[in-house]
Amino acid sequence: MSSRTMNIGEAIIDGLCIEMRRDPNVYVAGEDVGVFGGNFGITGAAFKEFGPERVLDTPLSETAIIGHAVGAASAGLRPVLEISFMDFLGITLDELGNQAAKMHYMFGGGLTCPMVVRTSSGAGMGTAAQHSQSLEAWACHIPGLKTVAPGTPADAKGLIISAVRDNSPVLFIEHKMQYTMKGEVPEGEYVVPLGKADVKREGSDVTLVCWSSMVRQCLAAAEDVQAEGISAEVLDLRTLIPLDKFAILESVAKTHKLVIVHEACLTGGFGGEIAAVVADEGFDLLDAPIKRVAGPDTPVPFSPVLESEFIVNSEKIAAAVRTVA
Amino acid sequence: MALLFLEDSIMSCFLLHHVWGHYRRMTGFLHLYSGEEAIAAGVMSVLNTDDYIASHHRGHGHLLAKGGDPKRMFAELFGRRDGYCRGKGGSMHIADRSLGILGANGIVGASLPIGTGAALASKMRNDGRVAVAFFGDAAANRGTFHESLNLGACWRLPVVYVCENNLYGVSTRQTDAMKITDIADRAAGYGFPGVVVDGNDVVAVREAAAEAVDRARRGGGPTLIEGKTWRHWGHFVGDSAAYRDPVEHEAWLKRDPILVCARVLEANKWAARTDLEKIQAEADAEIEAAMEFAKNSPWPDRSELLTDIYPE
Repeated sequence: MSSRTMNIGEAIIDGLCIEMRRDPNVYVAGEDVGVFGGNFGITGAAFKEFGPERVLDTPLSETAIIGHAVGAASAGLRPVLEISFMDFLGITLDELGNQAAKMHYMFGGGLTCPMVVRTSSGAGMGTAAQHSQSLEAWACHIPGLKTVAPGTPADAKGLIISAVRDNSPVLFIEHKMQYTMKGEVPEGEYVVPLGKADVKREGSDVTLVCWSSMVRQCLAAAEDVQAEGISAEVLDLRTLIPLDKFAILESVAKTHKLVIVHEACLTGGFGGEIAAVVADEGFDLLDAPIKRVAGPDTPVPFSPVLESEFIVNSEKIAAAVRTVA
Repeated sequence: MALLFLEDSIMSCFLLHHVWGHYRRMTGFLHLYSGEEAIAAGVMSVLNTDDYIASHHRGHGHLLAKGGDPKRMFAELFGRRDGYCRGKGGSMHIADRSLGILGANGIVGASLPIGTGAALASKMRNDGRVAVAFFGDAAANRGTFHESLNLGACWRLPVVYVCENNLYGVSTRQTDAMKITDIADRAAGYGFPGVVVDGNDVVAVREAAAEAVDRARRGGGPTLIEGKTWRHWGHFVGDSAAYRDPVEHEAWLKRDPILVCARVLEANKWAARTDLEKIQAEADAEIEAAMEFAKNSPWPDRSELLTDIYPE
């Protein structure tokens, strides 16, 4: 398969346009997704190709963006919604958590609610407390919802295609500092299955489990500790729900040490769930305590000095690796 | 007016009326539709089988009036395997895609965006279907009401918003929850028509619904219909409704939608007393058969707890 260099934003819309060409039921809706091209400029290419009939600007109404999609999906369409900042998910939680996620189960399989909610997460742009959060743990606590958080352009393309084809509602998390990250992306229908983690770097001494923007930071940390003779394996989960427990346990069986890394704040973060899974199902594999490297339990601050103190980076990860390896 | 429609409507009314008597045998939350039947029967009488509806807590009324199967409905209310949702949904969560029923709902005001989105599906496919979102007076104070009606207007969707105003949100009187008398007035804020009808008069509801549905089907956009009505019981089974004025309650009972319907039928000589008795007897028999079916339906297998979370 030939490939081309793209950033994550380009990779996402490349995958989405492939699905829009393939399936007339797929449409995009959200605030400023049309002429403006989306708050991060992702949907512009789809608007150019498919026009306002398939790329629908909405009023500033997050509840109605997800809420109408529940009805549209129940009636057979496949909506792809944009909630420009993940921090606004709170406004949509009833529609996402009580409606979309529960439809299939509540109705005994009688309805399906296929939809993709694309949203941007994360700190690093100086967007402060209400535009910078990583709230993936909220979504992971809702059965019926799938949660995807790619860390590379190729995965972003392959996962958006799978997300659109999936019959469940999928929360598709795009870290805003990743939009300009470049990488090789296979052309055409490149599909990455949901629920399948990927070893981004092989290693033998310690496993780094991560997702989204932390993949890049973990790869940098692994490079740093390599010079000190520590061989770190970087396991990119790519999707949190369904969780690829097998890949996590397989890697820990090899390295016997586990460091879990996420940008979201520590308490109640999804890292706690992964630690519990390994403690429960892989306790005998461990030769050291499980470590979590996560954001502090604070809102995201504005000042660049404070914000960089908040964000998990490769130095913090490397420091945690040294304590166990 | 075709007698056929009236027979269907009155059958729906009778069916709905009889459901309440059996509620005490069930578990969980139960919200009776009794007293509001004319709205479901009147609106549904002008919808096609493939038109969409989104419903609320009292969704059994809409289900039966849209042609749902009382056997499967009762089995669901009892939590049995032959229920619409194989026992997973219960009273507040019954859907039937084949009849365009996109579910009753346990969240007040959730039907509004769902109906709006179903109407978008119709518009995008240009298939001529209409969507109706049913909701109560209390839901008209939720954000979903505002966002949905505004979106439906902006996109000029084939949707009819039907407010069943029974004057109470649980115990809170409408006059304490909003400072207008007619919820239909709010339609003006979204730039489409709002109409008030006697929600206990099935013919009046049908006429208003016919106009709104026709307008929606022709691409004219949404309408808000407000039917003034009264629930014969409390908000849920177990609520004695002591907060209501007994004199007012008695007055509304005299305007029971089924009595009103029967009076209209007899006055216009569209039906004789014997016709009504025959319909009543048929409704009785259908409910008895449904009850019997539900009682004999097996419980779900315990393993079904873990199925249907994620579709194939």
